[in-house]
Amino acid sequence: MTSLRNESSLSMMRLKGLIRKEVKQIIRDPSSIGIAFFLPVILLIIFGYGVSLDAEHVPLGLVVEHPGPEANGFMAGFQDSEYFEPILYHSVQEAEKALIERKIMGIVWTRSDFARTLLSSSEAPIGVIVNGVDANQARIVEGYITGVWMKWLVSYARSHGLALKVPIRVKHRIWFNSAVRSRNFLVPGLIAVIMTLIGGMLTSMVVAREWERGTMEALLVTPVRVKEIILGKVIPYFFLGMGGMVLSVFIAIVVFHVPFRGSYLALGFASSLFMLTAIALGLIISTAAGSQFVAGQIAIVITFLPAFMLSGFVFDINSMPYPIQIITHIVAARYFVSILQSLFLAGNIWPIYIVNCLWLAGMALVFFRIIRKKSHKRLV
Amino acid sequence: MAHSQPRQDDFCIVASGVRKHFISGKKTIVALDDCSFNVKSGIVTGLIGPDGAGKTTFMRLCSGLHVPDAGSLEVLGFDVTSDFLDVQANIRYMPQRFGLYEDLTVQENLDLYSDLLGVPPDKRQARYDILMKMTGLAPFTGRLAGRLSGGMKQKLGLACTLIKPPRLLILDEPTVGVDPVSRRELWQIVYSQVKEQGMSVLLSTAYLDEAERCQEVILMHEGHVLGQGVPSSFSRPLSGHCFMLKGPREKKRHIQRELANRDEVIDALILGEKIRLVTMDEMGPQDVRKTFDLSEDIEIEGSEPRFEDAFIYRLKKRLVSLGRSVKFKIITHKRVAGSPEDEVIVVKNLKRRFGDFYAVNGITFTVKRGEVFGLLGANGAGKTTTFRMLCGLLPASEGELYVAGKNLREARAEARERIGYMAQKFSLYEDLTVIQNLNFFSSAYGLYGKRQRERVQWALDAFDLKEEENSISRDLPLGFKQRLALAAALMHEPDIIFLDEPTSGVDPLARRQFWAHINSLADAGVTIMVTTHFMEEAEYCDRVVIMKRGRILAKGTPEELKSRYHPPGVTNPTMEDTFITLIEMKEAA
Amino acid sequence: MLRRILALTIKEFIGILKNKKSRMVLILPPIAQIIVFGYAATFDLKDVPVAIYNEDQGQISRDVIARFRGSRVFKIIGTMESDGQIAPVINLKKALIVLHFHRDFSRDILRGGSGNLQVILDGRNSNTALLALNYVHTIIADFNKAWAAENGRGRPPARLVVRSWFNRMLDSHWFIIPGIVALLTIVVTLEVTALSVAKEREAGTFDQLLVTPMTPFEILVGKSLPGLIIGLIEGSFIIFVTCFWFDIPLRGSLLVLYSGLFTFLLSAIGIGLMISSISLTQQQGLMGAFMFLVPAVVLSGFATPIANMPKLVQDFTLLNPMRYILVIVRSVFLQGAGFELLWTQYVPMAIIGIVTLAIAGFLFKRRLY
Repeated sequence: MTSLRNESSLSMMRLKGLIRKEVKQIIRDPSSIGIAFFLPVILLIIFGYGVSLDAEHVPLGLVVEHPGPEANGFMAGFQDSEYFEPILYHSVQEAEKALIERKIMGIVWTRSDFARTLLSSSEAPIGVIVNGVDANQARIVEGYITGVWMKWLVSYARSHGLALKVPIRVKHRIWFNSAVRSRNFLVPGLIAVIMTLIGGMLTSMVVAREWERGTMEALLVTPVRVKEIILGKVIPYFFLGMGGMVLSVFIAIVVFHVPFRGSYLALGFASSLFMLTAIALGLIISTAAGSQFVAGQIAIVITFLPAFMLSGFVFDINSMPYPIQIITHIVAARYFVSILQSLFLAGNIWPIYIVNCLWLAGMALVFFRIIRKKSHKRLV
Repeated sequence: MAHSQPRQDDFCIVASGVRKHFISGKKTIVALDDCSFNVKSGIVTGLIGPDGAGKTTFMRLCSGLHVPDAGSLEVLGFDVTSDFLDVQANIRYMPQRFGLYEDLTVQENLDLYSDLLGVPPDKRQARYDILMKMTGLAPFTGRLAGRLSGGMKQKLGLACTLIKPPRLLILDEPTVGVDPVSRRELWQIVYSQVKEQGMSVLLSTAYLDEAERCQEVILMHEGHVLGQGVPSSFSRPLSGHCFMLKGPREKKRHIQRELANRDEVIDALILGEKIRLVTMDEMGPQDVRKTFDLSEDIEIEGSEPRFEDAFIYRLKKRLVSLGRSVKFKIITHKRVAGSPEDEVIVVKNLKRRFGDFYAVNGITFTVKRGEVFGLLGANGAGKTTTFRMLCGLLPASEGELYVAGKNLREARAEARERIGYMAQKFSLYEDLTVIQNLNFFSSAYGLYGKRQRERVQWALDAFDLKEEENSISRDLPLGFKQRLALAAALMHEPDIIFLDEPTSGVDPLARRQFWAHINSLADAGVTIMVTTHFMEEAEYCDRVVIMKRGRILAKGTPEELKSRYHPPGVTNPTMEDTFITLIEMKEAA
Repeated sequence: MLRRILALTIKEFIGILKNKKSRMVLILPPIAQIIVFGYAATFDLKDVPVAIYNEDQGQISRDVIARFRGSRVFKIIGTMESDGQIAPVINLKKALIVLHFHRDFSRDILRGGSGNLQVILDGRNSNTALLALNYVHTIIADFNKAWAAENGRGRPPARLVVRSWFNRMLDSHWFIIPGIVALLTIVVTLEVTALSVAKEREAGTFDQLLVTPMTPFEILVGKSLPGLIIGLIEGSFIIFVTCFWFDIPLRGSLLVLYSGLFTFLLSAIGIGLMISSISLTQQQGLMGAFMFLVPAVVLSGFATPIANMPKLVQDFTLLNPMRYILVIVRSVFLQGAGFELLWTQYVPMAIIGIVTLAIAGFLFKRRLY
């Protein structure tokens, strides 16, 4: 007998054999290739197009009680704006009805005495009603309306020779995303959410499958080491997952025109770390759950929804109550979302990059320790 | 070398006081209880017992997959708890279902195990050549393992374990569901390895007739060892206890039933036209007639004891010592109207295709009222597919089929009230208790009110389910599940019942009880259609068809088949001999 | 027939509730999720980190800064001395906003002109940036108005009088939390139904069921009822939490709300049973449920409005029952809408429900495998 006692000795022959086996299984089983390549592409394309916070062509009701050059001049600002799709109503009642029926998002309304009060320069009131059900959209629409109003004020003042100077004039510059396209930050975030899903689904199923088909039992009673079994799973699925990742990044840049300002090398490294945590999480689920079925159930509860809600991909983490912010720290997607948004839009911001990578690395390490501890060459 | 060689011993496995339990919900299941025995080196040892005997648990313990709760277990001189890596370096274990990667080819499976076992690349080809020749798999190296037949899978599984000949080979139910020809080939391979390599082999089986092929057997039941020794040492003491009775055909079930419950009887069972009787005391044929008050038209002759007799004997002794009843219950069933000449099931040129594969390929047979009709064959022969078509669960691709004059697939729901169906693996609602299952199935068959209560009560009494009335079905022993499944199928007193592998895995006593129930149903005129892969169960049927790869190889009464197809020179062929002869004749033709 | 359906329903309930694991899956996650997500899912900003770069020596910039300091939305994290400090502070996400007061800021205003306030925002999350900018505008507008009044500056000829209906404070929780009612209800319903047939197929009991005189219709009803009842109970629980824990006003009638929930459950059960009857194994059932659930949630208008989607995707969402129930729940809660406003939402859900249930019933027997 050679020194089989040495637990730490990794046999390259065994490891290669396991990897070769896994690769062949992946090639022959179209479902894992589907999950790794087609699923992220399809999800990213559907979501990339479907998920947007940019309100464009907002249906807006305009009511002019007494048409005249002043009121029409003001309303023209809405007709010209790309944000709005104005619909004219004859009375406020009519417009309010449309608002209740969700046909329009808001109402802008000038009274019959608009022209008169305007000329007497006593702050003619312009009525604005927004549908507050979707508060976020309502705020954005309100902002757009304010923008139209301010633009009109300036041109009105100029054309009437009024020395209208507001005390403070705000000039803003939005860095990294001057066009304020929400897609630019949502698409990188989606990559993180989707890859959490893919990594978890790929691995949570493959280990449980070996148990259920009885092959794991046969495998365990060979001189193979637990480490080799784990690595034999992690390595092929890591590369498979990374393939999906590359495809997703490609789609983000080419299809959705999200600018990429950082280094690809940095992206590759961070993605690798994230992929490891996602795969490790999948392995933990399947080791803890035992059966494919329970593994799947747990995977749904702890991958998709938390990644969607708690990663900061759409809901800002800083705005969450403090205890919830603490909970977000155990969601790996959170770090990757932060890295991706920076790399894509801002470039290589090393301190952010390093801190988040350290978190990811730490999580990966903890996950793999748990796996190592939970997997034995023993059944019970 | 960092450690000492294991001591060369006469025993490859030394077990003393081994105990292992599992926890399932709130119940503790003791899989092995205080087992002490040794397994000799260099021979084939069989671990014999029904499901739940603890065979698999013991094999997993020997492979280092489980850790014993108590006691000590040494394999090849290594302790399985502390030195399991050494154990695993020196043994090979083939789990149930052979542990093959079905989506890899034959060659890739061999390569994987070569890698895992550390066989140097330059030595592989020579070894592969030997193994492929031995197993006859050489023409199929490029085929996916999942596309092999059951027998070929079994041989590939074995080949993978033999890539690097181990010192101890452990095989868990290597022959289950495999056709008799492949089984015989497997035994040949195993024995050649023992002879050439001096290997020790431990294998488990639920087929009692295979016990006689082992050099030594260990008999197990519910985690206990009932005995150990050379197979003949079990049966020899029973010589002079065994008799064959032959009498008028129509009386055989009645006589068998009378005999089976007598205290002086170990076993009485129907074998084709005859009844096989094993008595408690040694006696001559005339004593038998006197003791059991048998009429003169019954011929009685002595017979050789079989291993199974010994198993029944020991099992009964143990059950009696545990205070459990070993008497067979008789169930009552309403008399079915109609003549025994009615053709209840008619199947004409029935085919079923899945893609380009014919699971059932043109079969024809009829079943008459009150017949016990058997569908025999290995796994994959097309039995279950035929069954599912008959029950209307699967449409036929071609051909005609009628059950009670109707095609159940098209018939209205009421037509189904006349049939009962017991699916494979005793399918029950595992989360429900016994009584909840009975209530549900009786409601599903449209029973309610007083009649429902009566039938549920009947089922609890007739099938001895009362004591477990409120247990969750999942936790029931297999024998209970089998009875419950049969009870559920009989709640509405059907005219016809379909039983798919109704006895697989249960112990021989439970099997006998089950057939006793079937016989009383047949007496009441119920038509019974049953599938089985136990060839010997064909003997309990009135008529059988033998299927292979979707076709019928032969049909007739067991006696007819045995006289038509038997190996040259064998006077008393078993059904298994008949099957092998049949296949050889068909292949030669 | 009724007896058989009842027997099947009771059996299903025992099956679901007897198993400790499945009981936990049904009870714990909805409670945890409504609480965690209820708090987490917000578009409202608070404590937005602001850095000040004040080159102005005057009083006005200090007054403005005081207004920011007094706001709950913003939190001033520090001041800076030079241009060069802006980039690192933004890049490292120390501040989302930098307010830059130019050197002549106060003087320009006092001279009767306009002082320039430069606002630099981190646009990595453009939604947050846009909202924060709106808040900045609001503070500045308030300041301008007050300053103009005090100092006799000319007032603008017109002003906006903004009112927001249904949600006066524009609290985004009011939008998201009623949405969670729909989200969690569909998750639970799918969990109950998507596996129910597949589980029986795997155990072999579905064959037993089909061989009994039960018709596919009876099986369908018997399998639907548990999902419906559990969905209604869980839905009611979440509605209760929404009303009494999160204090979201329920302005409409319960009848309208529950009619919506009922129709929604019908469609969810239909989809669940359809997935289940296509699947051979529980694993496939689970995957199928997942494959439906993920796009259904993302493309429902739950977090991002359907109106912002491209036309093609918008048409695609017409098949998604989530889309309709979200409108119903939110309208009933915030708007107090009745049937006359919402009937267009009930009809498509009912159609989805009937079609998918019919397919499921058909597949019970017709499946080829």
